[in-house]
Amino acid sequence: MKKELRLMKGNEAFAEGAIRAGVDGYFGYPITPQSEVMEYLTAEKPHERTGMVVLQAESEVASINMLYGGAGCGKKVMTSSSSPGISLMQEGISYMAGAELPCIVLNVVRGGPGLGTIQPAQSDYFQATKGGGHGDYRLITLAPSSVQEMYDFVKLGYDLAFKYRTPVMVLSDGAIGQMMEKVEIDEQIPRTQDEEIRSKYPWATMGKTPDRERNIITSLDLDPARHERHNLKLQAKYREIEKAEIRFETIQCEDADFLFVAYGTSSRICQKSIQLCREKGIKVGLFRPITLFPFPKNDLKQVARGCKGILSVEMSAGQMIEDIRLAIEGSVRSEHYGRMGGIIPSPIEVAEALEQKFIKS
Amino acid sequence: MEETITKSDIIKPENLVYKKTDLMTDNVLSYCPGCGHGTTHRIIMETIEEMGVQKDTIGIAPVGCSVLAYEFMNIDMQQAAHGRAPALATAIKRLLPYKTVFTYQGDGDLAAIGTAETIHAANRGENITIIFINNGIYGMTGGQMAPTTLEGMKSSTTPYGRDWEMMGHPLKITELLAQLPGTYFVSRQAVHTPANVRKTKKAIRNAFELQKLNRGMTFVEVVSNCNSGWKMTPVQANQWMVENMFPFYPLGDIKVDGELVKK
Repeated sequence: MKKELRLMKGNEAFAEGAIRAGVDGYFGYPITPQSEVMEYLTAEKPHERTGMVVLQAESEVASINMLYGGAGCGKKVMTSSSSPGISLMQEGISYMAGAELPCIVLNVVRGGPGLGTIQPAQSDYFQATKGGGHGDYRLITLAPSSVQEMYDFVKLGYDLAFKYRTPVMVLSDGAIGQMMEKVEIDEQIPRTQDEEIRSKYPWATMGKTPDRERNIITSLDLDPARHERHNLKLQAKYREIEKAEIRFETIQCEDADFLFVAYGTSSRICQKSIQLCREKGIKVGLFRPITLFPFPKNDLKQVARGCKGILSVEMSAGQMIEDIRLAIEGSVRSEHYGRMGGIIPSPIEVAEALEQKFIKS
Repeated sequence: MEETITKSDIIKPENLVYKKTDLMTDNVLSYCPGCGHGTTHRIIMETIEEMGVQKDTIGIAPVGCSVLAYEFMNIDMQQAAHGRAPALATAIKRLLPYKTVFTYQGDGDLAAIGTAETIHAANRGENITIIFINNGIYGMTGGQMAPTTLEGMKSSTTPYGRDWEMMGHPLKITELLAQLPGTYFVSRQAVHTPANVRKTKKAIRNAFELQKLNRGMTFVEVVSNCNSGWKMTPVQANQWMVENMFPFYPLGDIKVDGELVKK
């Protein structure tokens, strides 16, 4: 069957992806640079297309707690926001991780700290991959580097969120959210019917029937031994995710002497930088983590074997570099190059940074 | 010949005068003796049983003394972050419009940290029921000042009494909510006497029935006591509540059929 092609913004592709993936509810609060998500959804009238609920909440705090309520009933729910708004959601995300609730949270990252800027950045890597809120938990973190992936990662995100009963973060940035590219649109996936939810997700609070005990969605357990067991169960789940759900892409790594490691917008820039370097005879490849948690550490170590240097390229002061160094365990020299404050580095400056740090020094 | 009455003569179905509803679990209540929570739990569960809606009811527990409400209510429940119960209820009701959805919240939860969620859920006219327990104090954390603490009232963070110049005025959030077009039924009751229990139960039944009309939020405040937090015996606490709480938080319906009740 011929696929439908559209020219869309990343934020719009994510919103269309939500409708097509059979999402039950979107709850959000406006913030630049991701407001197109809710604008697209309200204009598209998904309640007429699929019955999907779209609601503008009074705050990001309310949005994430709406997700908790909806997810607790086994519904496919999502929100989107940008850095300061995501900070406000951390309490709710922690509760959802604790109560083992599936959802998708899209972060179209802008520069910080504080109100920062509305321009793109990648400075929320730590927040997304190391927990973010209180307590011991991790989020599956997917990093799209194209408008197509903004679309595709909705479906992938729900597959993972429901498989592991855990929140999934799609960690995008202002550039991916705002830029327009060609997108391949899938067939509509129907929303899950309530009776199907009852059988597929027996934990969901769909109302107590005589044939089962009551369902309780909670992150609280005041009994230390039981609560430690719950924590151990969560940790076992994260280890399982680290084993089974690593995703990454390699570009021109086969003969590479040097590696760029970059995700999202930075990875796009690095592709051009590779070309510039190779024109000068410097063999560079790109290792692009698609899952930031779980971080593809063994794969990176393997790909980097025999390389002379790794350059982590991030629109931040250097956050992913810490995971790279943990992965490499000192086997290859690894450095960071980044811009902050909403500046997107140019391919030339990234190529020059590589030369500066590894060849000229 | 002398007749001996044995236990088995008394415990017979025909002699049954009171039975705990099956919608209350057998777990021992964590509330202090004399506290209004237990009674309020029971009448909510009786109402759900009488309406026959257990399989279509979802309740939301707050943070506070009733954080463990799900241990006692034999229905599907979710436990919300502090103050966020109306946000959970909003999503649940919108995604499952045929369900009966209620939140059970204390004064700190609803009228301090959750003010935004409460007011906006009410203002959107969410078709949910909020049961609001107002005892003028943070019970679980050990008796600190609540938004509803009366002027002059002592708490662990107002040891010399609440001084409005320093700590602001007690918040009549129920009256405030009644002003919003999104609320359809607003009532304030108490559970300290059998007559009041019956009135509260009627108000809760009313609130749940009206939810089906989809005309907006239904809201029942229960003015309650906190004998341990107030440092009184249960009897003294009820008496103090009647003398001090009721004049400031008068009982009765505040909004009926979407119209403010004229006093």
